[in-house]
Amino acid sequence: MNILVCISKSPDTTSKIAFTDGNTKFDENGVQYIVNPYDEWYALVRALELKETIGGNVTIITVGNTADESIIRKALAIGADNAVRIDAEPTDAFFVATQIAEYAKKNNFDLVLTGKETINYNGSQVAGMVAEFLDVPFASQASKLDVNGTTLTLEQEIVGGLQIVEVSTPAVVSCAKGMAEQRIPNMRGIMAARTKPLEVISPSAVEVYTSFESYSLPDAKKACRMIDPSNMAELVDLLHNEAKVI
Amino acid sequence: MKALVYINTNHFAAKASFEAVTYAKKLGGEVTVVAYGNAAGAEALGVYGANKVLVDSSINEADNQQITRLVASAVEATGAEVVIFSHDLVAKAVAPRLSVRLKAGLISGAIALPETGNGFTCKVNVFSGKAFGNVAVKTAVKIISLLPNSIQPENVGGTATVEAFNGNVGAAAIKVVDTKKPEGSIPLPEADLVVSAGRGLKGPENWGIVEDLANVLGAATACSRPVADIGWRPHHEHVGQTGVAIRPNLYIAAGISGAIQHLAGVNGSKVIVVINSDSEAPFFKAADYGIVGDAFEVLPKLTEALKNFKNAN
Repeated sequence: MNILVCISKSPDTTSKIAFTDGNTKFDENGVQYIVNPYDEWYALVRALELKETIGGNVTIITVGNTADESIIRKALAIGADNAVRIDAEPTDAFFVATQIAEYAKKNNFDLVLTGKETINYNGSQVAGMVAEFLDVPFASQASKLDVNGTTLTLEQEIVGGLQIVEVSTPAVVSCAKGMAEQRIPNMRGIMAARTKPLEVISPSAVEVYTSFESYSLPDAKKACRMIDPSNMAELVDLLHNEAKVI
Repeated sequence: MKALVYINTNHFAAKASFEAVTYAKKLGGEVTVVAYGNAAGAEALGVYGANKVLVDSSINEADNQQITRLVASAVEATGAEVVIFSHDLVAKAVAPRLSVRLKAGLISGAIALPETGNGFTCKVNVFSGKAFGNVAVKTAVKIISLLPNSIQPENVGGTATVEAFNGNVGAAAIKVVDTKKPEGSIPLPEADLVVSAGRGLKGPENWGIVEDLANVLGAATACSRPVADIGWRPHHEHVGQTGVAIRPNLYIAAGISGAIQHLAGVNGSKVIVVINSDSEAPFFKAADYGIVGDAFEVLPKLTEALKNFKNAN
C-alpha cells in the first residue's frame, strides 16, 4: 500500500505563545518546533504499522523551508521511507493543501493520512481540502483504521458518539487519538534517516484565499477567588449573582 | 450580506443551530438555511432570523461529499456571499471540501462577527485557545465555521418558510456500518455546564458524587486524560489537547491538577471552578473560583448547596 503522510511543524506544547512585529508574527524566539503530535503519533505511526503488516511504502510530505528539515529527519528516523519538502512558507491551509494535492495526484497514493488538526492553528482544514482536490472520500477524525484489500474500516468520532464506517481506497483519513501509540526513534533509525531520500520541490503559484493579519493574547486572568470548602452556599451565590452562569 | 447556514439533520432545535442562524442574521442580509432529511421543526429557525429553510428529503444520511454537494447547490441557488457552519465534526469535514469546490476562503473556529470596514476579517482561536488571530478572507464567497458558545442566540420573532430542495447530492462513498451513541447524556461540545473529574477521584466506583452534581446542575460530565486512558471513563468524555475542546459557561473540575494539555481543552470556558486538595495545583492559576479541599467532601456539599438553591428559586 502506497501511503502519503502529511506532516506539519508546531511549537512544542509547553512553548510560550507570544507575537512580534506589531503582533503580526508568531515570536519564534526560543521556540522548539516539533512534528505536530497528531501527524506524528497517530498518522505516521499508523502508516508504519500498516506497512509492516501488509507491505508498501510510506512517504512523508511537508510544506516549509530548510529549517523544517529537522522535523522531516525526525519522521524519517521514526520509520518513513522517503520524504518530500515543498519549498515554501506555508501561508494558509489552502496553499498547503494545493501543494500536497498536486504532488499526490502525480504519485498515485492509496491512502493520504494527516493528523486531525495542528496544535498551532487548529483549523482541521488541510485534509478535507486535499480530499476535495483529489475527488476522493474523506474519513475525518478517525480513531481506528484497518485495511482489507482496497477497503478501509474506520472508527470515527461523530457528534455525541462513535461510528464504524467503510471506505474504498484511494481515500484521505485524518487521524485522532486511539489510532496508534507514539514511537520513539532508535539510534539505528536516526542513522538511517540521514541517508533516506528527501526530494525538494518548488511550489506552484496559488491564489491567496486567507491570511492572518494580526494576533492577540487573552486578557490576563483575574486572581482566583478562594472559597472555604465548608461554605458551598457562598460558591453557589457567586456563580448565580456574580458570574451569572447558573 | 446574503448568508447560507448549514444545519445538521434533526438539529433544528439545537442551541448551536440557533447560534449559527443568529450569526447569519447579524450579517444583515437574507438568511437561508440548508439541511437534509426530516424537515419537521425547521420553521422554528425563523425565530432566530432564518427567512427560508431548504430541505433535501431524498436522503436521511449523508457523507461529507454529499453534504458538500448539497451546500454548493444551495449557494448557487441563493447567491449566498457567506456560508456559516457550527464548528462541529461535520463542519470540520465539509467546510474544507466546500472551500475548494466554491473557491471560497475558509475561517475555522470563528469566535466573533466579521469586521467588514476594511476588507473582511474575523477573530479566531489559535494555539489551542492560548491566543487569538485575525484572519482576512480575500475571496468573493466566504465560509465561516463558528465555534459553539461564541455568541448568544437572539429571538427576533420571525417565521421561516420551508421548501423542498434538490441538492444533487449523488451517491455516498462512505458506508456506515454501525453507530454508537450513548443514550440520554448531553453531548459535551454542546453543554453549557460541565462537571469534570480526574485521578483525584481514586477510582471509577467514586464517580457517583460527580454524576450527582451534574444531575442537579443539568450538566454534562467530563474527565481528564489519565482517567480515560485507564478506562475509568469513556473516551468521549476526555477533554483536553488530544480529547474534546469545550467552551461551556461553567466548568467545574475536581481532582484535576490542570496540566497545560488539559487547559488547552477547557481554557475557552467562561467560568472555571477548581476543587483540589493540593493548594499548589497549577489549575488554580487558570480558575475563577478555587476550593482547596477533599473532593469527596466538597462535591457532596456543593450538590447539597445547589439543591437548596434550586428549591429556593
